[in-house]
Amino acid sequence: MEAYIYDHVRTPRGKGRPDGALHEVTSIQLATQLLQALRDRNSLNTALLDDVIIGMAQPVGEQGGVLARAAVLQAGYAQTVAGQQIHRFCATGLDAVNLLAAQLHAGMIQGGIGGGVESMSRTVMGHDSGAWSADPGVAFANHYAPQGIGADLIATLDGFSREAVDAYAVESQARAAQAWQEGRFRGAIVPVRDVLGEVLLDRDEPVRPGTTLEGLARLKPAFEGFGRAGFEAVVKDRYPQIEALRYVHHGGNSSGIADGAGLVLLGSKAFGANAGLKPRARIRAYANIGSEPTIMLTAPTAVCAKALRAAGMSKSDIDLWELNEAFASVVMHFIDEMDIPHSRINVNGGAIAMGHPLGATGAMLLGTLLDELERRDQGTGVICLCAANGLGTACVIERV
Amino acid sequence: MRHLTLEEAADGFATLMLDNADESMNVVNDAFIADMEAATAAIAADASVRGVILTSAKKAFMAGADLKQIVNRYCKLSKQEAFAFSQRATRMHRAMEQSGKPWVAVINGLALGGGFELALACHRRILVDDPKVLVGLPEVNVGLLPGSGGTVRLGIIAGMPAALDLLLSGRPVGPAEALKMHLVDEVVPAHQAIARARAWLATTPDPVKPWDKKGWIPPQKKGMTVPEDSAAYTAVIAGIAKKGYHTPAPVAIASCVFEGLQLPFDKALAVEGKYFAKLLTDPVARNIIRTSFISRQAAEKGARRPPGLPKSQVKKMGVLGAGMMGAGIAYVAANARIDVVLLDRDVPTAERGKAYTSKVQAPLIETGKLSQHDAYAVLARIEPTDDYALLQGCDLIVEAVFEDTAIKADTTRKAEAVISSNAVIASNTSTLPISQLAQASNRPDRFIGIHFFSPVDRMGLVEVIMGKQTSPATLAQALDFVAQLRKTPIVVNDSRGFYTSRVFQTLIHEGAAMLREGVPPAVIENAARSVGLPAGPLALLDEVSFDLPLQIVDQALAAEGEQYAVPVGVPTLRKMRAIGRSGRKSGGGFYEYRQGGTKRLWPGLAELFPVKADYDIEVLKKRFLYVQALESARCLEEGVLQTPQDADLGAVYGWGFPLWTGGTISYIDTVGVQNFVEEADGLAKREGSRFAPSDGLRAQAARGEAFYASEGAAPAAGGPIRR
Repeated sequence: MEAYIYDHVRTPRGKGRPDGALHEVTSIQLATQLLQALRDRNSLNTALLDDVIIGMAQPVGEQGGVLARAAVLQAGYAQTVAGQQIHRFCATGLDAVNLLAAQLHAGMIQGGIGGGVESMSRTVMGHDSGAWSADPGVAFANHYAPQGIGADLIATLDGFSREAVDAYAVESQARAAQAWQEGRFRGAIVPVRDVLGEVLLDRDEPVRPGTTLEGLARLKPAFEGFGRAGFEAVVKDRYPQIEALRYVHHGGNSSGIADGAGLVLLGSKAFGANAGLKPRARIRAYANIGSEPTIMLTAPTAVCAKALRAAGMSKSDIDLWELNEAFASVVMHFIDEMDIPHSRINVNGGAIAMGHPLGATGAMLLGTLLDELERRDQGTGVICLCAANGLGTACVIERV
Repeated sequence: MRHLTLEEAADGFATLMLDNADESMNVVNDAFIADMEAATAAIAADASVRGVILTSAKKAFMAGADLKQIVNRYCKLSKQEAFAFSQRATRMHRAMEQSGKPWVAVINGLALGGGFELALACHRRILVDDPKVLVGLPEVNVGLLPGSGGTVRLGIIAGMPAALDLLLSGRPVGPAEALKMHLVDEVVPAHQAIARARAWLATTPDPVKPWDKKGWIPPQKKGMTVPEDSAAYTAVIAGIAKKGYHTPAPVAIASCVFEGLQLPFDKALAVEGKYFAKLLTDPVARNIIRTSFISRQAAEKGARRPPGLPKSQVKKMGVLGAGMMGAGIAYVAANARIDVVLLDRDVPTAERGKAYTSKVQAPLIETGKLSQHDAYAVLARIEPTDDYALLQGCDLIVEAVFEDTAIKADTTRKAEAVISSNAVIASNTSTLPISQLAQASNRPDRFIGIHFFSPVDRMGLVEVIMGKQTSPATLAQALDFVAQLRKTPIVVNDSRGFYTSRVFQTLIHEGAAMLREGVPPAVIENAARSVGLPAGPLALLDEVSFDLPLQIVDQALAAEGEQYAVPVGVPTLRKMRAIGRSGRKSGGGFYEYRQGGTKRLWPGLAELFPVKADYDIEVLKKRFLYVQALESARCLEEGVLQTPQDADLGAVYGWGFPLWTGGTISYIDTVGVQNFVEEADGLAKREGSRFAPSDGLRAQAARGEAFYASEGAAPAAGGPIRR
């Protein structure tokens, strides 16, 4: 059985703040508008779909209660289409796709939509906190430290200077600006509309073209306060080779807080035939992995290796890579460990420039990679995200 | 009821008086709980009693649990028994607050731990307005938590942030703060307290606590759906981690508050009791209580003082040498109302020594902890001079001049020419054998070592060293003097490095040796800190400077020649000194020191001591603890030490051996002597013979005999307790 990608859409990313363009739009609206767009642009008979999996990193409040099912009904899909919510922190959106792919590979479903939504401006970050970080006994035993501390720890261990991580951020901004200028996201973007049907946002709001090293150098490290409060002690207990943490990350070289959604339409060969759609790519393999939770963000290398093994491929078989830019050091560490050129990863910029609507980003990255493979007429790509508490998720795709 | 008196009055308001029949302090123990259960039952059944005033006949309200009983009995319970034990006191409190009558605690004096928990169980708390009267729950300091409702009631009454602040710091608070934090309901002048209690009872208050009313919702029932609360708990954990991973009490306290505030009241009490049982049965609590309370108090009360000798008092003393140590000794002595002659080679030098007292006093005056008047009185007791004649009339001399036998001999002789033949002469040396220094004395039986630690005003330990000829009377006088200074004495016999310096050397040499083995310097430092040592060995070496340990080695080589086993860190230290880096004073050692007081490991170490990656951090941690424990055991076996209490007090208060272990010898008991010997043998095989257990220790392991047979038992004064 095969799992084909037939289409994908995403909203532009809004700044995840009360003055962000998407703040007035509810999470379910973001998902609903994308579901409608997928249906309409593919003239899709939604009764052909078995399931819609939409995840988020804050499945509480307006994003709780299986938003996917509510959105399916709100979008006017056939009542028979099921809905499911998943949560794997930042990897959620990609994992939703992988879960559908697995059911397709198993032959148990014929078609579905996977992805994620996150309105970070409307939900409270940390609202679903969980035992791992907030139950004292668990957090203590688990050596919990905030993600930013993990990012600074990577920079410390790998010897990344402040200038180096800032330079990475400048490059991300430049690539994103160029991609937008050349309209590389055009095929995927579904402008978000307000109650009156007017377009609220049609491009990624957080991007700051013309970001310079000098400009970033003025920003204060963001996580030093956490470190001094005791998390440096937590980290040192796990990483005794550290004399002192190097605090290099800040808002300008970390993923931005954003609002947005992304969805991917998947199906079997038969689904395509029934729906009259042509597959654009197939999903060859996917994997999840856990890694050391205190540093938290170094799972990508291992999970990509695992997914490639499952695909029977090696890294030299891969044309392009997308690794979520959670923090600059995460991608820099990956580039070093995998020994791949910067020119083949995150070629259109990433979350540092465009923002990271937590649960949605995974689906967005998959779409960005597929569009870019098509633009370059290349064949294979890997999408990967690190996620909280040491998790990592990857997916290998191949154009057909 | 031996420890309580119940007095009924015509107005129906009974007064229940805490009045321990056996001691000057009210404490929570089995007898008290039994009395309290009986009294509460009687009150509940007596229709004529309309309300209860609970107060104390003693100066203090109630101090808390009987720590000796805790170590000797309760620490040996099974987890289930420990839980049952905690629940008995919990039920006692519940019986009070569910008696159907309102209870008022009139807190007329100190109320700590179990004493404050008792007050928390009352329906109202009235605190007398006296800044010296403190209330609080300091159980964390003994490795425990307030296990009969303390975490639960404080969490509800004061709220999570304030409760965690008090519970995790153990900090007691005075009336103003107690009122602000809602720990008490009223603060009133002492003479009005009982009347205020009566007045409140006369308002026929509701005897049902909020949490016993239908519909009460636990304060944090919403649990983790309140992001601010979740974030606060996360931050609390960071603060706990900062203090280390070896003490289980703080995180258990955080869990009690976190879980308790989400639960119905009685469930919360049960959960608290279970966490308490876990702590009570963990050796860490026993170790902390035994060393920091029981052994320490016993030492301060003269556990090692030879019996039958009259108490002495130093009225006037001489301090020879006004350097850092001499100046500090002069300050603490003057503070203890002793007249001090502070002598050095010239008056300006002696005056500089006296100025140290002003320097220590300045911040105390600034913060209002010391009055200008008292400060002057202390200063006036110190007489700086270069004239030995002024030493006339001194009861005791402490010599604190340069560590050189000839110089010390010279000062001793000059002082003895002036002082009476009865006066004690003591040396503050940290390295030179006392018996050797005593050779310069015309009264070797009156010659003794009194080794202070730096800075003298902050370090509580004093190592008293018996020379070969030192008399028991001299020891008694030296201990009386230490008691006057309110410091903690240990008594050791003369030998190279005595006890504290000798074992401390093993720590710093172990660290220096690791560097040469190729362990990255940051790992060495972090491994040491992670077991709870106050600083890494490389940082410590930089502070003491490498000259001192190398000088000790050179002296030993000169005295013992080939016999002497050169410590493992010596090659490292020599290599560093050869390139001019021998510690902070020399401008830098293992660390480089920057403007503004920051330091970082000197990058040049990487070339001098190339790093090898094959270290095992757990082995490094073990090496630090074992090397010191083994050396302490040797000190006991050789008779340098006579009691495990001296070993443990010296280790914890002399050089900061982690308190969770209870001390070097207590650590061996904690690991288990047999297990310790096996592990040490393994280390000896890999790391060298310094880890080989002594014959005595091996024999002890074979007998399965712990060092502390009966916990908390005071050692036989002066006599060896082993074999």
